[in-house]
Amino acid sequence: MRDVVAETARARTIVLDVDDWGRHRAGQHVDVRLTAEDGYQAQRSFSIASPPESAEVELTVERIADGEVSPYLVDELRPGDVFEVRGPIGGHFTWSSDEGGPLLLIAGGSGLVPLMSMLRHRAARGAPVEVHVLVSARSPSDLLFADELPALEPREGVNVAYTYTREAPPGWTGWSRRIDAPMIAEVTPGADVRAYVCGPTPFVERANDLLVAGGHDPRTIRAERFGPTGE
Amino acid sequence: MPPVSRGFQRRHAAATDPSRIPPGQYETQDFPVLSAGPTPRTPLDEWSLTLHGAVEPAVSWTWEEFLALPSERVDVDIHCVTKWSKLGTTWTGVPVDVLLDGVDTSAEFVTAWCDGDYTTNLPLEDLVDGRAWVAYEFGGEPLDPEHGGPARLLVPHLYFWKSAKWLRGLTLTTEDEPGFWETYGYHNYGDPWREQRYWGD
Repeated sequence: MRDVVAETARARTIVLDVDDWGRHRAGQHVDVRLTAEDGYQAQRSFSIASPPESAEVELTVERIADGEVSPYLVDELRPGDVFEVRGPIGGHFTWSSDEGGPLLLIAGGSGLVPLMSMLRHRAARGAPVEVHVLVSARSPSDLLFADELPALEPREGVNVAYTYTREAPPGWTGWSRRIDAPMIAEVTPGADVRAYVCGPTPFVERANDLLVAGGHDPRTIRAERFGPTGE
Repeated sequence: MPPVSRGFQRRHAAATDPSRIPPGQYETQDFPVLSAGPTPRTPLDEWSLTLHGAVEPAVSWTWEEFLALPSERVDVDIHCVTKWSKLGTTWTGVPVDVLLDGVDTSAEFVTAWCDGDYTTNLPLEDLVDGRAWVAYEFGGEPLDPEHGGPARLLVPHLYFWKSAKWLRGLTLTTEDEPGFWETYGYHNYGDPWREQRYWGD
């Protein structure tokens, strides 16, 4: 692991040098495997935050309180440490700028990570693809990439909207609630849009149902879910 | 010997029965949902299950006809390619053997197809001799749409993406035809005990 970048109190970006790394597609993930001194191993998947154009592989990881791997990656890992990485994995939840748009990207919490890879790829290509982003975060201090989102390049065609579900910024006049039908209607550019939805399962279920209820063809919606369902 | 990750230690308690956890998996008490797209919600009066392809004749069941078939309750361990395993899950379903009863075929492969356009492929022999069911209840309750209801394929000896949700039909084929995830880089067969997650494993 080459470098770390603190993102929020619960998340950081780790920058990796990976042996024999091929080029990935925006939206893909890797499998990370840690091995302890006693031989115990744990494997989990993490989305790649960096675009394909980047020479390094960046993973933005959010700590899950009782997680097995994420606490190590966020709290313990230091430059120079090593672990195994496998990938890139996932051929379905991907986007390349030559596929065009318009795009609707809907992120719940750290579901923003693979979508950020797509946005950074768009920037690296200088492709003015029309993209509408809806980010749901618990609070401003939980919002990932907070400085980068309002400054996405190329500016032409970018629309970013936020909703905070627990605590909004001071003076906030925007949305402060869970995603719902009016919100989806307002951020959607209309029919014929490719939607990518990522986040915890309950969030993704809700977003998908809202999109379909709003008239989206289910075939144009791609979803990636993670985390417990709370059952 | 894989590289040791300095400072990493086990945090979670060991699985209730480690001998039932395939390599690279961890035990969960939760029941995660992973799907490529939105959850289909087919009304039961529009639902049917079809067996066709290299069979003569094709057979189809309405929901009522399907529920009238012999079914059984089974307790199985399930393993998802995303690393979680859930031990001792209880399902009620119709054995695929029952669906194939009296059906004549020279097919060696099956493509399961589903609402939402999902498909997955399996060798026919992995669906017979008590190895697979079409399940419509989980834990004694009707199967939730999030988990593949009204009915899903249940093939516990393979990674759970082979247990196709929202099942609507089984196409018997003479050629093996990679399905949805198989086309996206996942292993064609998917044995968790040989850790066959991706192509080339």
